[in-house]
Amino acid sequence: MSLKSTLRAATALALITSSSAFAEGHSATITIATVNNGDMIRMQGYTDQFTEETGIAVEWVTLEENVLRQRVTTDITTNGGQFDIMTIGMYETPIWGANGWLVALDDLSEEYDVGDILPAMAGGLSHEGTLYAAPFYGESSMVMYRTDLMEAAGLEMPDAPTWDFIAEAAAAMTDRDNDINGICLRGKAGWGEGGAFITAMSNSFGARWFDMDWNAQFDTEEWANTLNFYKDMMDASGPTGYATNGFNENLSLFNQGKCGMWIDATVAASFVTGDDSTVADSVSFALAPDNGLGKRSNWLWAWALAIPAGTQQEAEAKQFIEWATSTGYIELVAENEGWANVPPGARTSLYENPAYQEVPFAQMTLDSILSADPTDSTVEESPYVGVQFAAIPEFAGIATEVSQEFSAAYAGQQTVEEALEKAQAITNEAMEAAGYR
Amino acid sequence: MARSVTNNRKIINTTFAWAIGLLIFFPILWTILTSFKSEAQAIAAPPIFIGFDWTLENYRVVLERSDYGRFLWNSIIIAGLSTVLGCMIAIPAAWSMAFVPSRRTKDILLWMLSTKMLPAVGVLYPIYLLFIKMGLLDSRAGLVVVLMLINLPIIVWMLYTYFKEIPGEILEAARMDGATLRQELIYVLTPMAIPGIASTLLLNFILAWNEAFWTLNLTAVNAAPLTAFIASYSSPEGLFFAKLSAASTMAIAPILILGWFSQKQLVRGLTFGAVK
Repeated sequence: MSLKSTLRAATALALITSSSAFAEGHSATITIATVNNGDMIRMQGYTDQFTEETGIAVEWVTLEENVLRQRVTTDITTNGGQFDIMTIGMYETPIWGANGWLVALDDLSEEYDVGDILPAMAGGLSHEGTLYAAPFYGESSMVMYRTDLMEAAGLEMPDAPTWDFIAEAAAAMTDRDNDINGICLRGKAGWGEGGAFITAMSNSFGARWFDMDWNAQFDTEEWANTLNFYKDMMDASGPTGYATNGFNENLSLFNQGKCGMWIDATVAASFVTGDDSTVADSVSFALAPDNGLGKRSNWLWAWALAIPAGTQQEAEAKQFIEWATSTGYIELVAENEGWANVPPGARTSLYENPAYQEVPFAQMTLDSILSADPTDSTVEESPYVGVQFAAIPEFAGIATEVSQEFSAAYAGQQTVEEALEKAQAITNEAMEAAGYR
Repeated sequence: MARSVTNNRKIINTTFAWAIGLLIFFPILWTILTSFKSEAQAIAAPPIFIGFDWTLENYRVVLERSDYGRFLWNSIIIAGLSTVLGCMIAIPAAWSMAFVPSRRTKDILLWMLSTKMLPAVGVLYPIYLLFIKMGLLDSRAGLVVVLMLINLPIIVWMLYTYFKEIPGEILEAARMDGATLRQELIYVLTPMAIPGIASTLLLNFILAWNEAFWTLNLTAVNAAPLTAFIASYSSPEGLFFAKLSAASTMAIAPILILGWFSQKQLVRGLTFGAVK
């Protein structure tokens, strides 16, 4: 091959492989990394409206939650600059904000009304009082139950049930012959799956992850009570293979009429009362259970929009965040798709709106969110912020390992005592290596 | 009697082979079937195999929501160029190892293979930082190079074993007739190894097409291939299995069709040389 043809081939290769520009006729293009869920996908559908109003084009990178987490973490820690806005949660925001990886959202416009953001959400998305991410939607967890099965069992669900009542009701509603499980709960390994549920549940049993010196607390009676209660109840009234069930598996079971109760994210309310549910007409809601110790077992989470430090399009990104998390956007969705489909749990004004108060799960969602406090989530004092997690960088790795041990205990591969012993060792070892102890 | 035994064995063998084939193909078939169901039917228990209301709604939603053409084009470019580039490097390398081996040839081959033993995530940060420095993030050129490099050991190994089947005397004869090294490679070795090279190309094209670690981590918008297209429909909170299945079917369809048309060459190449 002559030099000339080599050069020709190289030029052709460069032309074919070079990236094309997508900002056709727009003043700027911002790239947003986001998760694939109903509310986010709905927002993508309205993006054209934002572009029309501002002239700013939007490119979406939609990924599965865990892939997104890995992807944006890699990018932000290396200052890769691939995204102008990232969809992150309550776990990442305070850590990344503290590291200086996010742009502070302390100069949002007056019309945006930062004060309208629910205090619990604003608190969880801030570091030292500075907001680093704007909540697109927020969620807690609550009990979703079948009114027909509850009635048939001769019981009445209180607005704020205890764990003992839940276990009793679960046993009463279980009908193995007809494939009805009294209760469906997450058991799947993963800090955001079964790990999140059991941590939130443990709060109501008086347990905590760490004492004030960052020593693991899995050797306490409170943790043993939590895990034994969970396993006994699920063995008696839960679905087969519950150790591998996560949100989607339980949603599927509930929608097919195979669960009497399901305690999970408040956003599930619109799914279980939606068109794909076979039990939509007989679902009601209650607060997540407690044990009379002053803490309920509901969590607090928000999917929020944040701007990575170093982006070249900070002003445009802020403009988008103001649009997407505004009351105006909520009204836009309500107008086109009804109030039941607006992003919930982010703004106080939404819950003061009489039209939204008509939505069956609105009040219970708000009550659940308000009853979770990330800065005071445990009965005994703890050194961390977060309800179903501890907002320290090491937590995700540790909790994933710990939840694997718990799942193995649920599946009968080891005893609860063995799982707790291992959890204690894993956690203390990791915390020591990280220099906390 | 002997004929009857042979026929019976043939029937058993054929049935067994079909059963294994169907078992392997079943997940793909199930994905395709699910893509034509509603979301409620997709999660129905017991599962509905055929008797459901067939719908194209999921394909309509997926096509409306995503720019399928862009993802497809990126996949074709990235998988195609990385395979071709890999072969351009691997053919001379495999020739040298097969026909002019040194004392260290076996060690080099093993060392090349050992690079596949390191989990990809172990080098994510170094590669990511290199890509930032070189301005290659979210570029097709960057992915072509990375995928070529990660598949190179397999290409070299496959070609090496094919080339070993070719008698060295033929190449010697070509040399005696005055063929240069380039002529020997292009006019003598390559035509004889065409089935092997073709199956290597095909297999590596499939590997590059399906590669989902680097393609997800090094792309965002411009260079994202079909793996990113599928990933955008996966969700741990919400039942979107029918849409995910439609996206998966659209992502695997091109490679499935390619595999279908070239199965003869692929099977001949694989049974002839490397994997035996």
